[in-house]
Amino acid sequence: MIRNSYFINVIRFVLLILVQVLIFNKLNFFGYINPMVYILFLYWYPIKKKRPAFLLSSFLLGFMVDLFSDTLALHAAATVTIAYLRPTIMRFCFGVNYEFQSFKLTNTTSAQQFTFLALLITIHHLVFFTVEIFSFANTLLILKKTMFFSLATLILCLLLSSLFSVKKE
Amino acid sequence: MQQIINFILRYKNFLLYLVLLAISLALTIQSHSYHQSKFFNSSNWLTGNVYKTTSNITTYFGLGEENKKLVEENKRLRTILFNQKTKDTITIDTTNIHYKVIASQVIKNSYGLPRNYITINKGSKHGVEPDMGVITDHGILGIIENTSKNFATVQSILNTRSRINAKIKNTNHYGSLVWNQKDFNTVQLTDIERLVPVKIGDTVVTGASSSIFPENIPIGTIKSFDLINTQNAYSIDIKLFNDMSSIKSIYVIDNIQREEIKQLEAKTYNDPQ
Repeated sequence: MIRNSYFINVIRFVLLILVQVLIFNKLNFFGYINPMVYILFLYWYPIKKKRPAFLLSSFLLGFMVDLFSDTLALHAAATVTIAYLRPTIMRFCFGVNYEFQSFKLTNTTSAQQFTFLALLITIHHLVFFTVEIFSFANTLLILKKTMFFSLATLILCLLLSSLFSVKKE
Repeated sequence: MQQIINFILRYKNFLLYLVLLAISLALTIQSHSYHQSKFFNSSNWLTGNVYKTTSNITTYFGLGEENKKLVEENKRLRTILFNQKTKDTITIDTTNIHYKVIASQVIKNSYGLPRNYITINKGSKHGVEPDMGVITDHGILGIIENTSKNFATVQSILNTRSRINAKIKNTNHYGSLVWNQKDFNTVQLTDIERLVPVKIGDTVVTGASSSIFPENIPIGTIKSFDLINTQNAYSIDIKLFNDMSSIKSIYVIDNIQREEIKQLEAKTYNDPQ
């Protein structure tokens, strides 16, 4: 059972990187919007796994996407940030009962899942564009980009997560 | 001592997060200097081969279109050739050759980011080196930034760090070509003085004071211009001849005399006088 979920995660890791860099990095909605669907990895990642491993794999995920899109370590910085903040976000979205052994993402209401995903995406994009633009003179530009990209990413992530919904884990 | 260990154990997640964040920020900030990181770019073995494989598959779908473009270019070159008054024999003298051309294909294009890099399928094995110019049949594309054995990354003109010497055709007024990130088919020409007569529709070409590009390679036409009063200079919007979103065949230009020019410049700048 444990081996099984381990393999699922590795396959997800590779597939999400490939899907991101080969399909979604070439979308260019309205000329520049490329949704970052690899965040789904953090959304789907098992809750009871060790945190250092989670942080490291998130960093690696971001870094691989960076390698492919020549953005150095922007994705890595943003991804590792939401990986670190994930328990806090989960407590905010699901209340204290997420710490129970029986907690499963599929048992929660869809509104809770939506908030969880939306928060992950928004924080990720905010960090990403802050580091990318790297100046507070352009705060408006950062917020604008965060908003548009978050919207696109959210829609695509919702579509993808309903397509490949996690049934038992 | 016990307390320090306890502290580390207690906050190990936070410390790990800080370390990883520091690594990524260090890599990013380092990249804000002139050159992209030497190893962490898409010309490396893994990413290069992934892009090459997918590009091998997807190029088939655009093959007809690409063929048409190449025939069009051939037609243009032949027209020039036939209309040129030449003597009966053309002597090719190696001392007169200043530029070598390497043909290549784009395997990854990008135009939506503030700093765009393009990956091509020729590398140091084929003679491609950093700081060579890259053009398409329509106009300039960028400058080689990093090379690996089989691949190279190109700093596109759609990159906030790109500054290329350019001029208005048939004049000697030089400016630099920059990009304001707004539109991927429009770049900006700055530092053109206010005395220069500028007209909408004028062609902009590369200038002579660059050891990377030959002179008079087309860039685009002037779309609109504005006089910046504080700087006494124009800010000119240029519509590119290239469609930056669909680029396949490209040419890398190797200036044979570049080494010599560079050495001379280095010598001049290092001179205390």
